[in-house]
Amino acid sequence: MKIKIFPIFFIIIFLIIFLILYKGLENPNVYAPKVDPEKNIPVFTAKIFSTNNKINSEKIFTGDKFYLMNIWASWCAPCRKEHAYLMNLSKQKNIEIIGLNYKDKYENAKNFLSKSNNPYSFIFLDKDGTIAIEWGAYGVPESFLIYKNKIIKKIIGPLDENLLLEIKKIIQ
Amino acid sequence: MTSLIGYYSLIFGLCISFLIIFFSIKNFRNFKKIDNKIISLVFLQFFLVVISFLGLILSFINSDFSNETVFNHSHTTIPIFYKISGSWGNHEGSLLLWLLVLTLFIFVFMLKSKEQPKQYRILTLLFQQIIIIGFFIFLIKTSNPFNYIFPVPKEGLGLNPILQDPALAIHPPILYLGYVGSSIIFSSTLAAICSNYISKSWAKHIKKWILVSWIFLSLGILLGSIWAYYELGWGGFWFWDPVENVSLMPWLALTTLLHCILVLEKKLILTSWVVILSISTFTLSMCGTFLVRSGILNSVHTFANDPERGLFILIFLFILIFLSFFIFLFFHKSENKNTNSFFWLSKETSILVNNWFMMYFLSVVLIGTTYPIFLEVISSEKISVGPPFYNKLIIPFLIPFLFAMAIGPKLKWIKSDIENKIHLILFLIISLFLSIFIIKNLDVNFLLNTILVTAAFYLFFITLRDFFNEKFKNLSQNLAHFSFSLLILSILFNNIFTTEIITNLKINETFQSEKFKINFESIEQKNEKNFKAIIGQFTIENSNGVVDIMKPELRIYNQPNIVTSEADIKTNILKDKFMTMNLVQNQEYFNIRYQIKPFMIWIWLSVLLISFSGLISLIKKKNEN
Repeated sequence: MKIKIFPIFFIIIFLIIFLILYKGLENPNVYAPKVDPEKNIPVFTAKIFSTNNKINSEKIFTGDKFYLMNIWASWCAPCRKEHAYLMNLSKQKNIEIIGLNYKDKYENAKNFLSKSNNPYSFIFLDKDGTIAIEWGAYGVPESFLIYKNKIIKKIIGPLDENLLLEIKKIIQ
Repeated sequence: MTSLIGYYSLIFGLCISFLIIFFSIKNFRNFKKIDNKIISLVFLQFFLVVISFLGLILSFINSDFSNETVFNHSHTTIPIFYKISGSWGNHEGSLLLWLLVLTLFIFVFMLKSKEQPKQYRILTLLFQQIIIIGFFIFLIKTSNPFNYIFPVPKEGLGLNPILQDPALAIHPPILYLGYVGSSIIFSSTLAAICSNYISKSWAKHIKKWILVSWIFLSLGILLGSIWAYYELGWGGFWFWDPVENVSLMPWLALTTLLHCILVLEKKLILTSWVVILSISTFTLSMCGTFLVRSGILNSVHTFANDPERGLFILIFLFILIFLSFFIFLFFHKSENKNTNSFFWLSKETSILVNNWFMMYFLSVVLIGTTYPIFLEVISSEKISVGPPFYNKLIIPFLIPFLFAMAIGPKLKWIKSDIENKIHLILFLIISLFLSIFIIKNLDVNFLLNTILVTAAFYLFFITLRDFFNEKFKNLSQNLAHFSFSLLILSILFNNIFTTEIITNLKINETFQSEKFKINFESIEQKNEKNFKAIIGQFTIENSNGVVDIMKPELRIYNQPNIVTSEADIKTNILKDKFMTMNLVQNQEYFNIRYQIKPFMIWIWLSVLLISFSGLISLIKKKNEN
């Protein structure tokens, strides 16, 4: 009897390990911090791109639609890559893309936009990077999908084909 | 063109596997001798994989960007040496290397095992072919290195700059000889169980293969570790990263196996240990491949996250596990009863003690590596297991382990009284005083460190004495144990005595501490073929007025656009001076890290000596035959 129990035990243990590893394969291994769904987006006052006026962020995120707050900079190579996706997304009706120009030189940023089109309906300036910190950003590029003053999705790194589809699905 | 040849060689190689299996089964029943046809086929298979591998290397040398692998991992401006090493510096190419080692080992095995029983040889070939077929299919189906892209791109995406390094260029082939080499131990053990050939002569024969794998695995780990030390720029050499762990686990199993096979060769006991360890060594290698290639863990070696690949290796891994388990269950005969009665103070017990310690270390590493995965699946919580976990669980057990290593080899087979008790005690006292003398004035945990250093010194002295006492008797074993004590001592002193300064400096600024004055003199730029170098020049004056000039470097690679930091290291017998600099974003300051690390070179040397002791044992075996 003793001998019979051992193999069964062994097989069961290994089957469980197999299942767990199999499940583990499905999990994404890229660490994405949790977003607290209850919390409102941070309120800030910042300079508006291309003018010297300041504006409070509450005046921007007011409409009954989706906003994508995108942190970008002209010096950031991945931002260039995601630009095409942002342009694509800006053609959607239900969403407005708000830019946060991060630690950038004004001339460079302006050049960047004039060369490769402007997907943003509005751009905040974040010259010293403090607003990005308030938003809990890790770096550039980073995007926050916002609905009714709440962050519903946080995207670290550049947008890609899959993320674009996902966003389109959410906003429909 | 070369890609095409490479691809068809692979297909033919796979077909040959089936031919080999067909002829082997035919041969197994009907003939007394192994058919020469089979050996020719094994050679042909090896030859085809070599052609395929050369095809890939040629595609890399010619920068043939119609090949997807070349496009993804090469660039025209990379020096030729790194174009070649780039061919195995990626997922597809490195799997081709796997296959190359698999076929090479079985070919050499067939040549070198002529005096072994026929059935055993054929079964080994069959088991090895199962593994080979698995990898052929894996390669062709999920990771074909010869995918064609059209239109042909003009330029490749470039090789990851941190891989452009001489140590890392030769690290994969060396490591694989050990890592994949353990497959032959796995196959031959299964064959030996099936043909009931577990015996002293089998042990003698398989011991060579264990030694070869062990030597290469040790060297491969060493190379990876040296690379991490000077390239990753934080001055450590072992980070308990999953990737390092998966190479350490087979090494631990293999080391234990090496000790058991020595016993088996002499006494025909511990057969179950040998069998299980042989199986687990290769299983752990496969498991490691799964962990780092499936993308289930994040690490330097995770080339691409493709669940299909992960699933394939996972299923294949479990097929092998269950296959070997059933063979073990049905064919393995347990040992003679008299073996259980060995005397408590004998070499066998000391080897058993060693085994249990090693198994403990192995489980700690295994649990530390896989626990985060299990936890995430079960409770979707994310954690990472770091050095404190390993340090807490491993260091205390290192103490009795070191003592056992010192005393164990002094015991005799089966039964012994300890001779020369006086010098054993004498050395203990000397080590104790020496350690207290070293540790007492330092700002570290006195008790733990003293005992640890004592244990290491004890092993050091005892093995040192044996060099003079026993001359060439047991030279390899003694050298291995001596080098291990040297390794532990170097690591301990390295940890205890390291001094580190981290500061931000700009040009012409000086940092002053009690011990050093660091002055940032100047900065210069150099343009190389595939990167731009920013070289800082620092003068460091210590309290004795000795001035060193250090030139750490930042490299800005063009393809892909990545900045790496190259440490400047000044090595002498007693210590390494280590300096790195990094950019502080958007400022004129540089982050400077200056470390003095004692006995660094001894860590490398002792691992080298450990591998060398394996080589001595291998050569000695050859001479005896």
